[in-house]
Amino acid sequence: MQWEVVIGLETHAQLQTNTKIFSGASTAFGAEPNTQACEVSIALPGVLPVLNKEAVNCAIKFGLAVNAEIAPRSVFARKNYFYPDLPKGYQISQYELPVVGKGEVTIQVPAVGKNSAYEKVIHITRAHLEEDAGKSVHGAVEGMSGIDLNRAGTPLLEIVTEPDMRSAAEAVAYAKKLHELVQWIGICDGNMQEGSFRCDVNVSVRPKGSDKLGTRREIKNLNSFKFMQQAIEFETRWQIETLEDGGTIQQATVLFNPDTGETRAMRSKEEANDYRYFPDPDLLPLEITEADKTRVKAEMPELPEAMKARFEAEYGLTAYDAATLTASRDLAAYFVATVQAGAEAKPAANWVMGTVSAKLNAEEKNIAESPVSAVQLASLLKRITDNTISNNAAKQVFEALWAGEGDVDAIIEAKGLKQVSDSGAIEAMIDEVLAANAAMVEEFKAGKEKAFNALVGQAMKASKGKANPAQVNEILKKKLTG
Amino acid sequence: MINSSLQTLSQMLADKQISSVELTQTFLDRIDALNPEINAYVALDKERSIAQAKAADARIAAGQAAPLTGIPIAQKDIFCAKGWPTTCGSKMLAHFVAPYDAHVISQFDAAGAVNLGKTNMDEFAMGSSNETSYFGGVKNPWDFTRVPGGSSGGSAAAVAARLCAAATGTDTGGSIRQPASLCGFTGLKPTYGVVSRYGMIAFASSLDQAGPMAKSAEDCALMMNVMAGFDERDSTSLNRKKEDYTRDLNKPLQGLKIGLPKEYFAEGLDINVGKVVMDAVAEYKKLGAEIVEISLPNNGLSIPVYYVLAPAEASSNLSRYDGVRYGYRTPEYTDLMDMYCKTRAEGFGAEVKRRILVGTYVLSAGYYDAYYLKAQKIRRLIAQDFVEAFKQCDVIMGPAAPSTAFKSGEKVDDPVAMYLEDLYTIAVNLAGLPGMSVPAGFSNGLPVGLQIIGNYFDEARMLNVAHQYQQATDWHLKMPEGLA
Repeated sequence: MQWEVVIGLETHAQLQTNTKIFSGASTAFGAEPNTQACEVSIALPGVLPVLNKEAVNCAIKFGLAVNAEIAPRSVFARKNYFYPDLPKGYQISQYELPVVGKGEVTIQVPAVGKNSAYEKVIHITRAHLEEDAGKSVHGAVEGMSGIDLNRAGTPLLEIVTEPDMRSAAEAVAYAKKLHELVQWIGICDGNMQEGSFRCDVNVSVRPKGSDKLGTRREIKNLNSFKFMQQAIEFETRWQIETLEDGGTIQQATVLFNPDTGETRAMRSKEEANDYRYFPDPDLLPLEITEADKTRVKAEMPELPEAMKARFEAEYGLTAYDAATLTASRDLAAYFVATVQAGAEAKPAANWVMGTVSAKLNAEEKNIAESPVSAVQLASLLKRITDNTISNNAAKQVFEALWAGEGDVDAIIEAKGLKQVSDSGAIEAMIDEVLAANAAMVEEFKAGKEKAFNALVGQAMKASKGKANPAQVNEILKKKLTG
Repeated sequence: MINSSLQTLSQMLADKQISSVELTQTFLDRIDALNPEINAYVALDKERSIAQAKAADARIAAGQAAPLTGIPIAQKDIFCAKGWPTTCGSKMLAHFVAPYDAHVISQFDAAGAVNLGKTNMDEFAMGSSNETSYFGGVKNPWDFTRVPGGSSGGSAAAVAARLCAAATGTDTGGSIRQPASLCGFTGLKPTYGVVSRYGMIAFASSLDQAGPMAKSAEDCALMMNVMAGFDERDSTSLNRKKEDYTRDLNKPLQGLKIGLPKEYFAEGLDINVGKVVMDAVAEYKKLGAEIVEISLPNNGLSIPVYYVLAPAEASSNLSRYDGVRYGYRTPEYTDLMDMYCKTRAEGFGAEVKRRILVGTYVLSAGYYDAYYLKAQKIRRLIAQDFVEAFKQCDVIMGPAAPSTAFKSGEKVDDPVAMYLEDLYTIAVNLAGLPGMSVPAGFSNGLPVGLQIIGNYFDEARMLNVAHQYQQATDWHLKMPEGLA
């Protein structure tokens, strides 16, 4: 039987606010335990929550970025359960009326094979504001568990999708797109290691062609895209094998173990809590006006979709190139800076997506950390355009720039990479080549086209690669046919 | 002096006829003498109180006194006060010392008032007789065999026995007005949102409201001037202009329309209590008021609605008492679940546990719609009753409690009988309206309170209505014999 995997994501994005969602305590990461836990964070008797407006602005930004309905009135609810790192015995979240409603995100899913991708729209079901819990710390004191409430009350936006994804690649493409988007609009730092961006993945399988959803299992604890890919692939195989062996899938929460690459059930749905949600009487309904939206919109940067369209129109880039360059705000900014420094758009796009990205990937750096600045890259590209150096020589200059060996012209000079464009010199050199390779000349004249390329090669070799290839071609052609 | 009004005490302090230290000491001495019997206070800190009194005297000497500077006030033990034990009447918090001040406490501190001590109360404000307190019951100063009412029973007894100049209370379903009625003094529950709940330990957040408990309407007005006002730390606090609650005290009542809800004078009301209330109404007629009969058709539903909503909120509000961070933790346990279960089983009393169970039940999947949601809908109907009623009258009057103070132990094993104590007060909380109880006479030697219910933010008018009655009568000046 042909199987189809169905995937939906729930993502917790930690919002970049200075203070917590319902108190004035700091949200900075990595402080000594419980030093950022005010009376509200530790839920002393009598304390009350006050909503952080900045967290609301983040939610509005997200809603605008995914073209979603932003609720004019949404309600905070209490999710009741006991856990030592949940100080109030309930989490303030949103339940029936979330702040952000239906929206959508367009993803580019890389196709097998290079430089192509297909586009897909992933539907957002909802996004809601809530507070994070603290952390249980085991083993700091022998035989005891400690509680660190620094994180308690940190604002989160939980973003839920429809079960729209049909492969691990699509799920990862969505997660990456979302990861980039929340950073692009400045609401989340995207740090997955510190838990600022956490994805839970719901996976089910069904016979291809069926429109009925299978029973899903939710994978938690995915702190990298690589793990997400592995976990979904493992989980999908496991579910298909289980069903093919005549078994059934039980709804469950599973944990991915990065060491084994396997997923394992943590708790089944029967053990699930009854959270007894009800509207939090300590907080008024959250009201968002059109004026609020207009104000927030004015603070927002150009969104990736708009920028992509602009790149196509303004720079004549292909849709694929424009999408690739707008995959991250930093990458787009680097490209624009390169063009603004005088480079032509198309070669700039090719270099940023090609040589620059390859080098960054190889060294696991992001574009903001590139040792070659946009201005340096532009100078380099200008030297190609004005025929000072060849494309091949440019790659050597780029390596030298990366290694910090000085500016473009100094490197060209030092390495003697300047292209010979003096037609007199080239002509003299070609004459020598023709004289030395009479046999090849004869072959060409006898109709062997290939011999021409061989002669070009000989000429380039004689110039130690410095001759302008276009000129070599031109002069050689004239001499042989003229 | 112990019977003097706040205004008089303030004048005496200003005129240096007495110092705040002397005044404070006078009350501390009375507390020493009477509190072992009455049990109104659960925490005293004489050094601290005297230190505050000294600071107040210095402030008065510097000519910077505010109206309540140097006045000794008793604080219900539901308000967190920095450095003070704050127990909420529970074993769960028996050794809890608050590290911060409630808004109400800081308001009194800023006014230069003296914190005389923390008063006894029903555990987590759940009760109508003060008998659910972990620290024992409180005796009604009018008859030591009887309860003072609840949940603000300690503050009530302290005011009635003159163990303070005035006190604070909180009222979720009648906890200021019912004890005011049973102990014979003036108590006001303001409009929901007028006094900040910050630092006031939550029972039922959508109903809890702090207010003054004092000897007269005028004293309550002066207390309100300190307690009321916007506080950004409470999202339900109302951002309104600061008002002077004494401004209308002396307005004549000519033409005042008083609504008498027929439901308040029906089955369940003690005949003698009803008579005292009607005598008071007759007095108002003499003062120029008109009487109109009104109806609050959904009043009968207020107790069942309250006993769904208040426990629902309480079950969640009290989840934080889990033994993890502060408060009581069972000494021996095998694992986390065992620690939770034993801590909460041992730390909470029976009434609190009953309400947590009820509240958990009504919020549970499958029951939420039938109980919680339904109750919310009826709550809106109850509020609507008052909207209609206030189209016909300016204030509503009736009894504050169905009977006079009952015997200790009489209703302790009958929760439903206890819940009926709040028959006339609960609807006011559900609607978020202001309500007060004013001494209106006696039945068999026990005080009877007249309840005055006003429209939203009509506290100044209610205080005027009560004050004019207190100018014409002297019920509010009576105090228990033998305690003078």
